[in-house]
Amino acid sequence: MEADPLILSRIQFAANISFHILFPAITIALGWMLLFFKLRYNATSDTAWMRAYFTWVKVFALSFAMGVVSGVTMSFQFGTNWPGYMERVGNIAGPLLAYEVLTAFFLEAVFLGIMLFGFRRVSNKVHTAATFLVAFGTTMSAFWILALNSWMQTPAGFEMRDGVAHATDWWAVIFNPSFPYRLVHMLLASGLTVSFFIAGLSALRYLVGDRSESMWKALRTGIFAAAILIPIQIFAGDQHGLNTLEHQPQKVAAMEANWETEANVPLILFAWPDETTRTNRYEISIPNAGSLILTHHAAGVVPGLNDFVGNHPPVAPLFFGFRIMVGTGILMLVISWSATYFLWRRRTLPRVLAYLLVPMTLSGWVATLAGWYTTEIGRQPWLVTGVMKTHEALGPVAGGHVAMTLAGYLALYSVLIVAYLATLVHLALKAAKDGDESPLPSVLGRPLSQPLQHEGKTP
Amino acid sequence: MTLDWPILLPFIFAGLMGLAILIYVVLDGFDLGIGILFAFAGDEEQDTMIAAIGPFWDANETWLVLAVGLLLVAFPLAHGVILTALYLPVFVLLFGLILRGVAFDFRAKVPAHRKQRWNRAFFAGSLIASLAQGYMLGVYVLGLATGLPAMVFGALVALCLAAAYAAMGAAWLIYKTEGELQEKAVLWLRSALVFTALGMAAVSIATPLASPRIFDRWFVLPDMVYLAPLPILSALLFAWLWWQTFHLPKANDRHAMLPFLTLAAIFTLGFAGLAWSFYPFVVPDRLTIWQAASAPESLAIILVGTLFVLPVIIGYSFYAYRVFGGKASDLRYD
Repeated sequence: MEADPLILSRIQFAANISFHILFPAITIALGWMLLFFKLRYNATSDTAWMRAYFTWVKVFALSFAMGVVSGVTMSFQFGTNWPGYMERVGNIAGPLLAYEVLTAFFLEAVFLGIMLFGFRRVSNKVHTAATFLVAFGTTMSAFWILALNSWMQTPAGFEMRDGVAHATDWWAVIFNPSFPYRLVHMLLASGLTVSFFIAGLSALRYLVGDRSESMWKALRTGIFAAAILIPIQIFAGDQHGLNTLEHQPQKVAAMEANWETEANVPLILFAWPDETTRTNRYEISIPNAGSLILTHHAAGVVPGLNDFVGNHPPVAPLFFGFRIMVGTGILMLVISWSATYFLWRRRTLPRVLAYLLVPMTLSGWVATLAGWYTTEIGRQPWLVTGVMKTHEALGPVAGGHVAMTLAGYLALYSVLIVAYLATLVHLALKAAKDGDESPLPSVLGRPLSQPLQHEGKTP
Repeated sequence: MTLDWPILLPFIFAGLMGLAILIYVVLDGFDLGIGILFAFAGDEEQDTMIAAIGPFWDANETWLVLAVGLLLVAFPLAHGVILTALYLPVFVLLFGLILRGVAFDFRAKVPAHRKQRWNRAFFAGSLIASLAQGYMLGVYVLGLATGLPAMVFGALVALCLAAAYAAMGAAWLIYKTEGELQEKAVLWLRSALVFTALGMAAVSIATPLASPRIFDRWFVLPDMVYLAPLPILSALLFAWLWWQTFHLPKANDRHAMLPFLTLAAIFTLGFAGLAWSFYPFVVPDRLTIWQAASAPESLAIILVGTLFVLPVIIGYSFYAYRVFGGKASDLRYD
């Protein structure tokens, strides 16, 4: 059997980038969360904040390492499997990637050392500044890579000369129509991922009997942040969807499994989209609700897949991917608001909610991946909408080689993800065992530049 | 004279890319090398060795991203040709880099009984990544040749580059550690130097033999006279460093930094030789830097950013190295 290098290369790219995105989704927002812990500590001198910082900075270090190594892989993938991509649009993609490396990667990588290991070597101000610079670096990295990704979805500010894209207006390239929406949506997604990571692992600590002040502080921060971010995310997501409807109607049509362009489109809750008959089976729907959401009036005309025959993405993955994302979002809303109610009004957390929060640790990952699959598969068959199709970028690689390396990546990633999660649980349980008793730096022999004089006389 | 940007820009970018590769090889060289030396060290020594590279390795590896990134953005055609030709070695390299990068973090965070497992992964990943880089270098100097002789040569260079990295690692340890481990590092350096010298000689001999064009670049008068200092100086530095290994460590830890700097100088000389051999080709004998380059407008916009940002990067990298200067002590997050 001859392996198809196109499908295999696509699976390989998807596997690499799916594995990669898990970790930036954590580090982008966790950097800011750590800065928050640090600033609270600076303001209150309450060592519980610093303990929360030290617990989570380890998670940050591990996630960052996973992100770096899987990111290095990404920078090679373009050339190994998709050389046609840079040949055609390298003049656009190149500068955006270059600016990501120059303005973001070095910033975060260099100051990460000081942030992680420099606590006793630099002044408190410099350490706080390093934490800020790392958080800023991760966000800059998201800015550039999402600019490029959005440009591939909704290209602007360029012209084709001899089959090669040339930039005519860099401002329009970077701030292309879908970029602001995608950036906000992704940053919020990262915020939610981290909020539920912190809330979930703190709930685990709560369940094994940890009642330390640092656990409560982390738990409250995670829950409250999630409760604030999720309604904003639902609104931002809706705006992003409307933007997609305007610029990539075929993607929305596939997300909604809407086969015909018509008015009074229902909102499909469940169905089995069948591409051979171009209809839905087992459909459960709410009349007019689809038109209402997408056009904001019940009789609105919604574009259907019949306008894009042979030129639209596969329907089922988008339909289900979108529903998994939205479903997870609704769960996030319900759970974070219930937990907020109990933490705020009753000053405690019911065990049932704690049990629910533990699996919700990974809810951000589920929603982020489902959302990315929706938008990226939704770009197919195009690699860059209207400019080049995915198969045109494929390089002369043998299917067998791609299959072999794909198997290698998948094996490695499976081992690493298991090890990563096991380590997080181990760190959480260790923190639970130590509680507020873990030694702080003041017990070490070294002279300290950090303000820890409040140790031992906490109010 | 007016500046001819379409000619000049690819040249500048070839220089920048070369610089990024050189910095990468020197910086990640020492931390990959320490990974290789892991196999010969005891438990406590391993912790010290990790502490000697802990705050740096992330940034060191970023130079690889920059180098590959510059190849990708400035010479997209070459990026495609080189990386598809080296498809499997690239995979092996990435596999190794992933393994060692995460093992580094896992070993400090997992329960004690699993630490040994990640120590082994750190060693294996470092060794695999170094071998893969050497193999790619070997195949590249033969003009991306395929076939058994190229593979054998690639394997030879792979072993020698791994040894060269181990030498860098040992030299870094001489600078960053003291006592027993430092003495051990001196011995490591001495053994690794032999293979490093062998590898550089092998590459130096094979490169001109593999390509008549490169042969002509080196062995014509008067160029030969101007180029002669390159191999002679390298040989002298090797000999001097070899001699030094019988006298290190010295009283008051004098000259502890010198082995590392000497090796960095040797790497730089070797690199200059390679650059002379291959210029103006980015894919040996197939694509010149001008044929493979992106549009001048795109290069210009990257260059503007680079000129502003690169000095800043170098500046704050120096700052980080200074913050963590001196002998390595226990690495702690708090």
